[in-house]
Amino acid sequence: MSSAPVIPSGTVRKSPGMTMKRRRRLDTTWRLIVAFLFIAYALFPILYVIGTSLNPSGSLQSSQIFPSNPTLANYQKLLTSQQNPFLKWMLNSLLVSTTTAIITVALCAVAAYSFSRFRWRSRKRLLQGLLLSQVFPNVLAMVALYLILQQIGRYYPAFGLNTLGGLILIYLGGAIGFNTWLMKGFFDTVPRDLDESAMLDGASAWQTFYTIILPLVRPVLAVIFMLSFIGTYGDYLLAKVMLSNTEKYTVAVGLSLFIGQQFGQRWGEFAAGAVIAAIPTLILFYISQSQLQGGLTSGAIKG
Amino acid sequence: MAVKTAGETGGRKASRFSEEGGSTLGLILKYVFLALVVGFLTFSGWQLLQDGSYPFAATFFITALFITLVYVRRTTVPLRWIAPGLIFLILFQIYPVVFTVYTAFTNYSTGRNVEKQVAIKSIENQTYVPEGAPTLNWTPLQADDGTAAIWVIDPATGEAHLAIPDQEWIPAADVPGLVLGPDGVPTSLDGYTVQANNQRFLFVSANQGVTFGTEEAGAQVTSSVEARETKQKYVYDPAQDAMVDQQTGKVYVNQEGVFTADDGSIVTPGFPVVVGVSNFTKILTDPNFRGPFARIFIWTFVWAVLSVLETFVLGMFLALTMNSPNIPMQRLLRVLLILPYAIPPFITVKVWVGLLNPILGMIGSQWNPGWFTSPFWSKVGILMVNLWLGYPYMFLIILGALQSIPQDMYEAAKVDGAGPLYQFRRLTLPLLLVSIGPLLIGSFAFNFNNFAIIDLYNQGGPPMPGAGVAGFTDILISYTYKIAFGGTRGNDYGLAAAVSIIIFIIVGAVTIFNFRYTGQLEEVSENV
Repeated sequence: MSSAPVIPSGTVRKSPGMTMKRRRRLDTTWRLIVAFLFIAYALFPILYVIGTSLNPSGSLQSSQIFPSNPTLANYQKLLTSQQNPFLKWMLNSLLVSTTTAIITVALCAVAAYSFSRFRWRSRKRLLQGLLLSQVFPNVLAMVALYLILQQIGRYYPAFGLNTLGGLILIYLGGAIGFNTWLMKGFFDTVPRDLDESAMLDGASAWQTFYTIILPLVRPVLAVIFMLSFIGTYGDYLLAKVMLSNTEKYTVAVGLSLFIGQQFGQRWGEFAAGAVIAAIPTLILFYISQSQLQGGLTSGAIKG
Repeated sequence: MAVKTAGETGGRKASRFSEEGGSTLGLILKYVFLALVVGFLTFSGWQLLQDGSYPFAATFFITALFITLVYVRRTTVPLRWIAPGLIFLILFQIYPVVFTVYTAFTNYSTGRNVEKQVAIKSIENQTYVPEGAPTLNWTPLQADDGTAAIWVIDPATGEAHLAIPDQEWIPAADVPGLVLGPDGVPTSLDGYTVQANNQRFLFVSANQGVTFGTEEAGAQVTSSVEARETKQKYVYDPAQDAMVDQQTGKVYVNQEGVFTADDGSIVTPGFPVVVGVSNFTKILTDPNFRGPFARIFIWTFVWAVLSVLETFVLGMFLALTMNSPNIPMQRLLRVLLILPYAIPPFITVKVWVGLLNPILGMIGSQWNPGWFTSPFWSKVGILMVNLWLGYPYMFLIILGALQSIPQDMYEAAKVDGAGPLYQFRRLTLPLLLVSIGPLLIGSFAFNFNNFAIIDLYNQGGPPMPGAGVAGFTDILISYTYKIAFGGTRGNDYGLAAAVSIIIFIIVGAVTIFNFRYTGQLEEVSENV
């Protein structure tokens, strides 16, 4: 680590004749220059792919990032392609991610409530067990999961290999581990007096959970939903292993095969697909800017 | 919640554990739902048992028992809330892990991929037409449920039968509602429609290979007018654990899950059997695997360490730059800087692949040292792409950590005459490493298994000469994937599972060390 480049953290070296104001302005200037260089670095591939998607020639070769005569031809070609049902992929992805995220939130919320509010003998051990179960990420069990879905498919074709149902089941296996932890931390910050008094008024545990606690923990529910959605939407490996039929692909698998062959000619369509596929996560990212920060930090501070 | 509230004292426990609001309907619904879930799990387990898939069946039974106990006993009320999530955890996370371990000690692979019972059944379904079998006349029939059957007449004896798939032949005398025409062909019978003669060709093509009757005695339609009697080709002999060919008398003995004859010919499908540690010894001693495996093993570590290091350095540089109150438009700049983080890698990696394309890419067409063909430059290329993908995350967490370092420490250091360089080395860096150390280890574990970027960049290529599926940029997880699903000569699930276990041991050790380091496991006990 000693080889890390050395950056002055607060100020630049002072030259005696400079006034405070000038020095500060100089300091801000070089910070801005660095920032803009980095922004160029960060945005360059993104602008490039947007530009390509609007490029009528549809090939990679283009000396300027934005074409002089932009068209939507690539989008039209992509959405009407018989060979690559892109819209179907998007729908598959949205369906799988939304379903997984909703069920994950539901499963974790009830589990977190129990961990946060009830006291029983093996509570601690189970909580530790949940955390330890995350040591073995389920991508490592891909072979077993593949064989398991194969087996399930013999009896329940809707949840076998090459089905979205089967894929959702697999994603749900890893749902409650870490997320329950995060949620429990947040639940702990809700004062117990609230549910105590509700219970004194005769509310059952379920009523207390549903009417008192749930509305108060909405931020963390949103965070788990978003984390789960983004994680599922971006999953490449498990979807690639389990899905084998073009019609069943999620957009992560479909888009990657799009330019496997005949790279040059398909590039315009790929770029259009990339732009569309990025929209859901960008929207969530935009919404979550404040939510995510607030939800995560308050979840981390235990009561 | 370190402080226990009054509610935890014994008297209130019972009331807090009562779940239902007393509604009878709710109670009934609960039990109906419970019965459905348990019934479903038990039924599935029973089906799996029929196929001889004992471990998976046992998992289903245990889960069903667990749920029943949890929802019936009063003392397990808190578990009822966790049970739904636990079911998924058991069936799709814990069982797969156990199954992976089991698979690693078997020869599960293409051609050995069903349970023994299923394999035997499937082989016993095969039939043959015996030498000198009589030629039969047949008439197509259609059952009321749409399935096919035939009417067979032996021209030599004049005997007639109704032949239905998977059932014994029914003699004409036992067929209800039978009305025969002058040529001995039925004109009507209960439950079946006699099809017109112009349907015969269609019928033959639709029922090719279908045996009307049982495997022991049945018939197949061989042309539009003729049918031949068939016999079961293979019979399983439990005494020698072998398949006996009824036609030739050849014996196929079970050899590690495949029925094999003395001359090496086999009948498929086969089934996996336990082969002990041979998958592991294969990795360590087989020259086809040992060399590639060692290279991939080393590169996986190099890749993960360099990925963490480069993103950390760049992220820190950027965070130090942006960590100043005087910069205008902080929020906007920050959003733009972390934009790469907001787009899924399956998109951005491919965009970079496009940029580096040697003929058409904006970068690759200008400067191409072999981004996808040279072993060295492919690795450089992937690291370059991962730098772009990964620095925003480091930037975010380091910026957060920097802002939590108290400013007066810097003031004190300045008073003591420490220059910026000294402050960074002795103050900023050590404090940073303490607070984000665990995240760095997490990042190491993530990159260790970062399949997406490796596969999307170049499918692990360029290929290693003479090393089968292995490529120069393959890491262990992508190698596992290729062994299991990417082979041109078939898939070796057993070997892939063995490699998974090696990865697991490494990543598991790192993760548990991380838990220990951060005290996350102990935190549970503090929090009780």
